[in-house]
Amino acid sequence: MGAGHAHKLYRHGHSPVHALPPHTKLAAVFAFVIVVVSTPREAMWAFALYALLLASVAYAARVPPGFLLKRLLIEVPFVAFAVLMPFVAQGERVDVLGMSLSVNGLWGAWNVLAKGTLGVAASVLLASTTELRELLLGLQRLKLPPLLVQIASFMIRYGDVIADEMRRMKIARESRGFEARGVRSWGVLAKSAGALFIRSYERGERVHLAMVSRGYAGSMPVIDEVTASRAQWSYALALPVAALVVCVLGWTL
Amino acid sequence: MHVPDGFINAPVSLATGVVAAGAVAVSLRGARRELDERTAPLAGLVAAFIFAVQMLNFPVAAGTSGHLLGGALAAILVGPYTGVLCVSVVLLMQGILFADGGLTALGVNITIMAVVTTVVAYAVFRGLVKLLPKKRRSITVSAFIAAVFSVPAAAAAFTFVYAIGGTTDVPIGQVLTAMVGVHVLIGIGEAAITALTVGAVIAVRPDLVYGARGLTAPLKLRVNGELVDAPAAEPAPVAARSPRKVLLAGLAASLVLAGFVSFYASASPDGLEKVAADKGFDSKVEDHAAADSPLADYGIEGIMSSRLSGGLAGVIGVGVTLVAGTGVFWAVRKRRTTETSPSSVPENV
Repeated sequence: MGAGHAHKLYRHGHSPVHALPPHTKLAAVFAFVIVVVSTPREAMWAFALYALLLASVAYAARVPPGFLLKRLLIEVPFVAFAVLMPFVAQGERVDVLGMSLSVNGLWGAWNVLAKGTLGVAASVLLASTTELRELLLGLQRLKLPPLLVQIASFMIRYGDVIADEMRRMKIARESRGFEARGVRSWGVLAKSAGALFIRSYERGERVHLAMVSRGYAGSMPVIDEVTASRAQWSYALALPVAALVVCVLGWTL
Repeated sequence: MHVPDGFINAPVSLATGVVAAGAVAVSLRGARRELDERTAPLAGLVAAFIFAVQMLNFPVAAGTSGHLLGGALAAILVGPYTGVLCVSVVLLMQGILFADGGLTALGVNITIMAVVTTVVAYAVFRGLVKLLPKKRRSITVSAFIAAVFSVPAAAAAFTFVYAIGGTTDVPIGQVLTAMVGVHVLIGIGEAAITALTVGAVIAVRPDLVYGARGLTAPLKLRVNGELVDAPAAEPAPVAARSPRKVLLAGLAASLVLAGFVSFYASASPDGLEKVAADKGFDSKVEDHAAADSPLADYGIEGIMSSRLSGGLAGVIGVGVTLVAGTGVFWAVRKRRTTETSPSSVPENV
């Protein structure tokens, strides 16, 4: 936990987007993604406008474009899938560069690429402007079951601890001359995974006892209640509302 | 692999979201019944473990490597409720923090990767453990088979969701073959790792493995030189859920799906029909025997509104399936009770 409670995607800053209450941001991103997904794929210009909207948010949040683009790389496996679509889909076909491609498949690939990229970009913007603890508070404000939020918070809090434990086990294996090669080394790796499970579970029991000894009785005390003013809500919801206008235009035009 | 935004259309995403929310709510209650106030720290730490173990690379051959998906492992190590909960939380956090999997596809992802994998794995596992002799080896063997089934089941579930809500007309038959084919291979790897890991945990702390709870010999006390059964301290927290509730909830869910959600499903011919039309072999297909039945092609004759008729046909279909399924189930159970009753052995906990 030496790394503070910031996660990999978070980018410290003091922009107006950083300052928004977390639950408004979560609601805005969620609404935005829903609007994007329900846009007809034939309205190509609408997706350009969405990208423009996100770019303006990124500008307001002072997230540099390079940072954002690098984070978009997480999408790569699905790009591969999308590239395959025009080849396997059925229906009327066109010849592009000497290859016979399905029109429907091309539309499908475009659909997944455009909507997927916009969705990932929106999530990346959310994650890079909101701290972990804030995100969890926001989820709680959005009326997620408190138990679920607690589980998530424990997972986040101890995720790095468990991952570090796994790394130490790896170092220990390697310093004893072990090198994972092929299927035959699965036994050793699985024993490590088993040991990791036992350590995690026992740590959970210790954490619980520590909590009980500090007065835990099933629910976490809420210390900082985040509230949002009407101005903050309208500021955050400007994004999905603008997107909704584009979407309605996309359906009617 | 996480489903991104835009892969599944909006109504089906919404429907799977409702399914996922229901499943998470049920598992929250189930987990709380099993772990009471220890739920939060224990489930949280197990979720962190699953998150970490997904990063553990298992080399396959020639530089390729795979990693564990963890649904079956979670189900066997901590039980189905906590398992569903842990994998769902992992997926939720991956979606929000790491942009891995779309936010609108969260319902799809949770339904497929958390609910289907865990429930299928646990059902297969429980069934096998009941059949096999009560030994440690049978736990690992059951874990292997459960994991083998869980991964292609998830792939098939994905194909099913894609068939009703996919945004591209890829022939469903091809998707199914490709998905299940690839995932059978992945499933074998997953199964080997799951079984080895469960075996490693059982060797050290058999009490921690939820799936191995019936395995421990009953505690005996030596009182005045005689072995006496110790009084049962506490019954193992088996999921004591009245089957009626589950049945009613399932019935309600299928009625809602069949009656209301079905008319959001694509009205265009499904992948197979489409392939048939494209390849021109549908003209040769003879209408099968039930083609003039009142439910033919999922609509009711004499009802004009296509939505109403489709929904009604769905509801009637669920009813017929339910009656037929219940009949089979009762017949099987009746036979089994008559077979086992003469030599019924009290199950040791």
